[in-house]
Amino acid sequence: MSHAGIRAVVIGASWGGVNASIKVLSALDSSFPVPLFLAQHQRYESESRLARVLETRTQMRVVAPEDKEPVLPGVIYVSPPGYHMMVDGNATIALSCHWPVHYSRPSIDELFFSAGHVYGGGLLAVLLTGANEDGAEGIRYIHQRGGITIAQDPATAEAPVMPESAIRTGCVDYILPLDEIGPFLREQVSSRRK
Amino acid sequence: MSEAPQINDQYVDMEDVEIRLLLEAIFHIYGYDFRSYSKASIRRRVLHRLNLSGLPSIMEMIDRVMKDRQFFVQLLNDLTVNVTEMYRDPQFYRSFREEVVPLLKTFPFIKIWHAGCSTGEEIYSMAILLEEEGLYDRAMIYATDIDKNVLATAKKGIYSISAIRQYGENYLQAGGKSSLSDYYTCKYEGVIIDQRLRRNILFADHDLATDQVFGEMNVIVCRNVLIYFDRDLQRRVFQLFRDSLDMGGVLCLGTKESLNFSGIVDEFEPVDGKMKIFRRKQVSL
Repeated sequence: MSHAGIRAVVIGASWGGVNASIKVLSALDSSFPVPLFLAQHQRYESESRLARVLETRTQMRVVAPEDKEPVLPGVIYVSPPGYHMMVDGNATIALSCHWPVHYSRPSIDELFFSAGHVYGGGLLAVLLTGANEDGAEGIRYIHQRGGITIAQDPATAEAPVMPESAIRTGCVDYILPLDEIGPFLREQVSSRRK
Repeated sequence: MSEAPQINDQYVDMEDVEIRLLLEAIFHIYGYDFRSYSKASIRRRVLHRLNLSGLPSIMEMIDRVMKDRQFFVQLLNDLTVNVTEMYRDPQFYRSFREEVVPLLKTFPFIKIWHAGCSTGEEIYSMAILLEEEGLYDRAMIYATDIDKNVLATAKKGIYSISAIRQYGENYLQAGGKSSLSDYYTCKYEGVIIDQRLRRNILFADHDLATDQVFGEMNVIVCRNVLIYFDRDLQRRVFQLFRDSLDMGGVLCLGTKESLNFSGIVDEFEPVDGKMKIFRRKQVSL
């Protein structure tokens, strides 16, 4: 089954998430026709080391965005440490330092809610490994907005709590082992190029 | 799959209208103007307060805001985001000390505008830095914020003991010359900043969205304030900063804030591009 009209992809990850995201993103290249946003829990530092690591592991362009950065297809936006990353309606990035959500800034829910609001049924969301419940409410919201939701199969997760709590919402469309998520994204999103 | 109710585009559009009405109500009743703030950002924070309040809808929230000042003050605190710390981004202060202080030493008098100073932690950070560099006696810091409540906290200069330990580390990383504890005394459950540091600070309320130029500054510090504005308001404020800044004056932004979309990028040159310290170019006539 293929889903028409995916306009953006969001990925959330926490404990064990760097390796998991590398696994997923290394399957994609610059022909990926939509923007991809990644919220990975990390502690505060002034530079985004994660973006620099990812850069060497995927063919897509990787950006740790500044505020109001325009959103472009084929680019991975990595939430900068210490900031919530959100998508604004006019296709720009909005950063915020408001309170941590689930003890986290960046928080996955903050990204998922904002992208779910903007892209509605055109959003595909992936929740990867993690040891807390951030992202579950965001998955529920994206599902309610008609988007597609994927959770990493907890059996393949370094920390299963996060995908498990998403699955418990009853709002997850696909539960996939880690190594199938990248190829799945490539098929689901790339097959719909004009 | 679940029976979770769908939230269609029409519902979301209505919600956006309700948020706009809420911001209109706040502006007309209390005078605070959030109408040109980043929509994504405002939305998350309004829905957060809605959630905590137990109110059934934004329309009910508007009603409550209009009648209940106490409730409004709570919401105001959510909307203005008062997250700050002493020597936040130590690298910024280190760079300021190394790159900007030598320049300031050539000035007979130094006027610094700290816009969006919140509860004051970064004001005192700057005051200490200038004191240690022997510049404070010829400096004046104009500390402004939209929210009078946080300004009152800033004036008191009382902070929690739990936070001060982190601040002490930041201070050292920022290139501090002694120990942060030289600048405060413990009192009950908190610490109070050395009152002598207040001697050259002027606190005032100022709304970047509606108020005017703050004249002839040598330095403007406005870090992690503009991220909450939409692009049009950002542009307005960037022009306001340019017009408030002397030729050769220094503009300091948050590390994720950019001059690229500001409309004034050509009029500034980077002093430290990474730490977002810029200098207004001298224009020869």
